[in-house]
Amino acid sequence: MKINGVQIEVESGTRIIEAAKSLNIEIPHLCYHPDQRIKALCRICSVEVVGSKKMSAACSTYVWDGMEILTNTKKVYDTQKGILEMILANHKQDCLSCSRNGNCELQNLCMRFGIQRQTLDKAVNPVYLDDNPCIERNMDKCVKCGRCDKICRDVQGVSAITWAGRSETFKFTTAYNKPLMDTDCVLCGQCTTVCPVGAIVEKDNTQTVWEAIQDSGKHVIVQVAPAVRVALGDIFGLKKGTVVTGKMVTALKQIGFDKVFDTVFAADVTIMEEGNELLDRIRNNGILPMITSCSPGWVNYMEKHYSDQIDHLSTAKSPQQIFGAIAKSYYADKSNMNKKDIITVSVMPCVTKKFEAARPEMTSAGVRDVDVVITTRELAKMIQYAGIDFVALAETQFDSPLGEGTGAGVIFGTTGGVTEAAVRTVYEVVMEAELEKLEFEDARGLQGIKEAEVDLKERKLKIAVAHGLANAQKIMEQIKAGTSPYTFIEIMACPGGCIGGGGQPLNTTIDGKKMRMDAIYEIDSNKKIRKSHENPEVQKIYREFFGKPLSEKAHELLHTHYHKMNRRYDFSYLDES
Amino acid sequence: MTMAVKFITKNFGRYDIRSLASYMKIGGLTALKKAIQMPGDDIAALLTAAGIKGRGGAAYPMGKKWLQARDIKAAEKVIICNADEGEPCTFKDRTLIQNDPFNLLEGMIIAGYVIEAQHGYIYLREEYSYLKSILLNAIEQLTEKNFLGKNILGKKGFDYELHLCSGAGAYVCGEGTALVESIEGKSGRPRMKPPYIKQCGLYNHPTCVQNVESLSLVAAIVNDENNIYQKYGTKGEKNSIGTKLISVAGNVKQPGVFEIPFGITIRDIIYGLAGGVEGQPIRLIQFGGASGKVASKDILDTPYSYEHLAMAGVGVGSGAILVVDESTSVIDFLITTQAFFSHESCGQCAPCREGNRHIRLLLQKIKDGVHTQADIEKLNSIADIMTVSSLCGLGQAAQNALKTAMKVFPDEFKIMEEGVKIG
Repeated sequence: MKINGVQIEVESGTRIIEAAKSLNIEIPHLCYHPDQRIKALCRICSVEVVGSKKMSAACSTYVWDGMEILTNTKKVYDTQKGILEMILANHKQDCLSCSRNGNCELQNLCMRFGIQRQTLDKAVNPVYLDDNPCIERNMDKCVKCGRCDKICRDVQGVSAITWAGRSETFKFTTAYNKPLMDTDCVLCGQCTTVCPVGAIVEKDNTQTVWEAIQDSGKHVIVQVAPAVRVALGDIFGLKKGTVVTGKMVTALKQIGFDKVFDTVFAADVTIMEEGNELLDRIRNNGILPMITSCSPGWVNYMEKHYSDQIDHLSTAKSPQQIFGAIAKSYYADKSNMNKKDIITVSVMPCVTKKFEAARPEMTSAGVRDVDVVITTRELAKMIQYAGIDFVALAETQFDSPLGEGTGAGVIFGTTGGVTEAAVRTVYEVVMEAELEKLEFEDARGLQGIKEAEVDLKERKLKIAVAHGLANAQKIMEQIKAGTSPYTFIEIMACPGGCIGGGGQPLNTTIDGKKMRMDAIYEIDSNKKIRKSHENPEVQKIYREFFGKPLSEKAHELLHTHYHKMNRRYDFSYLDES
Repeated sequence: MTMAVKFITKNFGRYDIRSLASYMKIGGLTALKKAIQMPGDDIAALLTAAGIKGRGGAAYPMGKKWLQARDIKAAEKVIICNADEGEPCTFKDRTLIQNDPFNLLEGMIIAGYVIEAQHGYIYLREEYSYLKSILLNAIEQLTEKNFLGKNILGKKGFDYELHLCSGAGAYVCGEGTALVESIEGKSGRPRMKPPYIKQCGLYNHPTCVQNVESLSLVAAIVNDENNIYQKYGTKGEKNSIGTKLISVAGNVKQPGVFEIPFGITIRDIIYGLAGGVEGQPIRLIQFGGASGKVASKDILDTPYSYEHLAMAGVGVGSGAILVVDESTSVIDFLITTQAFFSHESCGQCAPCREGNRHIRLLLQKIKDGVHTQADIEKLNSIADIMTVSSLCGLGQAAQNALKTAMKVFPDEFKIMEEGVKIG
């Protein structure tokens, strides 16, 4: 086939847009996303196929033997630019005050086409703001590309956002235009990672963080989740999957946090609690399979969609909340501080963590475990505001005592990681022998549902690992039908686990997730201590504070319970508590 | 030349449409009985010899379509009768269902035999819900007598069922892929192509969609041993064989449905069959429904045929002829047409959704006399963009009237005075 007269050979089944990419030509597009089903809605990728009067959408048209494609004619230029101008006329264009300013696919297209002035009368859809602790929808900025619909339907199986209306009133919205909180939405935030413009964005909490830092009466500490350190570098132009732990700690200190701690430490504590809870359930005829509870999107999904199966969830809190609870109790005591003066900030790859932190039950020490949550993207914004040259930064270590984490805690950041970490500990506790091969290959990789088996002397542990809620649904249907063969199940709401979280840098494709996953395992393999129960700081906190896993104090601070939600989040109980 | 003829309409009024027995008394189902003794290819060849082009509007050769559908190998195949008849000013299919329902179903059963389909669906325009009982009754009686069901007419393996369904009244559901979505119970929005529905249509089965009028011709063609049908029509290299049902409306004295042989003039139709115009002279004539092209009264002496209309810059389309007299201005006519598309665009693809919006806004400017040369250029370029880049036929054809009107009536788009607001 030929593109602009250049002969190339591509495999059959290639689409024009991909064929052009192999010639290093990027055909403009808005609705196309390499990880998604083809939508062919924006039509900006229209190109000429010699012999056809009509143009072809490059995203949806497969190439054929002898096809001749033109991407640089006047007709192509006029059509693509014309469509862009029409889409632009329907867009709010408040670029300077938009959170996607400088990082917007519509803006990029306008620059590329040299749009200089508005040639059409503006016809913007009515303002509709949807607001909750995690996600903001600005419908007057929506370009109707449908990426949010596809990820919500195909990857998450939730379909909280779908298409509605016709002609000029066509839109992507929730059923009956209700706020996301009142729908099947679990606030996973995957839609925010694919929106090309500022129509669906994370709720920005950076201002709250700055205010806390600027308040000299507050002791502001920060925890950083494992998946952030392999993704943050993207935003600063580093190769995908670059490990930036040291630079990130330096940046956080320069921003002004009093202490920089590691969520990985709390992940190790989670393993101590969750692993022992599993053993307890096995030995005492508890409810099995036990399912992990560290992914708040997944917990919301369980509460909304499978509330009758809620007792399968581990009662252990997520690492974020465990960290917060320890900070407001153990750490406050140790550093002789009033817990009310401590502000715990967390940097998460996730938007749902904002909701989790706001849950009324997450206040074990009498105050909120975690006060403010920001995402990887928001941290990048703070670094940019502070004027820090991130790439040039030197490396710094996390602070003590909540800064020491093992390889087991680090791999929490990827799908299969919690399982692998749990196996490393549970095996050694039960067998009282050293686990020889730490790498648990069956739980690794991006396959949607993975199965594994561990031979403990008292019984065989059958394990499933699922990520993406459409896969979780399959697991849950088995449990509902009573046919689930598993003892332990790990579920992460986001595809890939936290490395593909809703708060991670934009434009992450499956390839990018693979690189982050490799980086996570690289950190693990470079760690001296790779099992949670061998973490000296964890051993110390059990010695000095909790006694042992599942102790009364551990239950009070490190465990929680879940609500049955009637597919509707109601925040009125926040006011009552 | 004969004006109105009776070929496809020959059964009208001759039998009780509620009774299969009555239909059989006038020779009903003889075509089916004859057809199942013939190889399917031969039946398709009869359609090809009769030169029948799809009567829905796209005018695809029917025999060829059947052969393609027949050649596709699949465990299950589907035939859909498109009775959505959504084009404004088109009402010929309604007449066929109202007056000769058994003939339509006989055509569908023969189609099922030739294409080797197991299921046939009639997608009936929602606004025609009062015709439902006629069709359901006919299906029931045919099933009772085993003209539908298993081993039809004792032919082993000829299993075929008919189903009747309706959408919610959207114009776009007349488009094949949107129609299929609608039958599947989804909102009627066109699918992207490929895959084409002939390979992957209703419930992912190969699907052959045919218009009511096309299917209503089948039985008559199979029975037409003396090739009477082929004697009608125009002669020449590119000719139009046979007869056509047309629906004439607008400012005419006797609007209605007429069966005409191809080749009579537009003047014959309007002044002969439709009784002439109501007083004021004709300003424009639109052919083929709202998505059709327009012409001035200069077209009156053009013969009505695929080839002559194409040369005159319009087309047969759905067979609708809308006559607009001088009481309506060209711009008002276009605004009305545009209002229709601004309502009926499904909205999913950007060129159609936004293009229709801006054409609407620009036409209003012209009506108000405040448009500039730049607006006219925009109007032109948006219309072109929609034609070449919209996802489905709706967006590709919505501006046909506008584009032809700009050519035929350039004075209507004249700029009053650059930059000065009039009035």
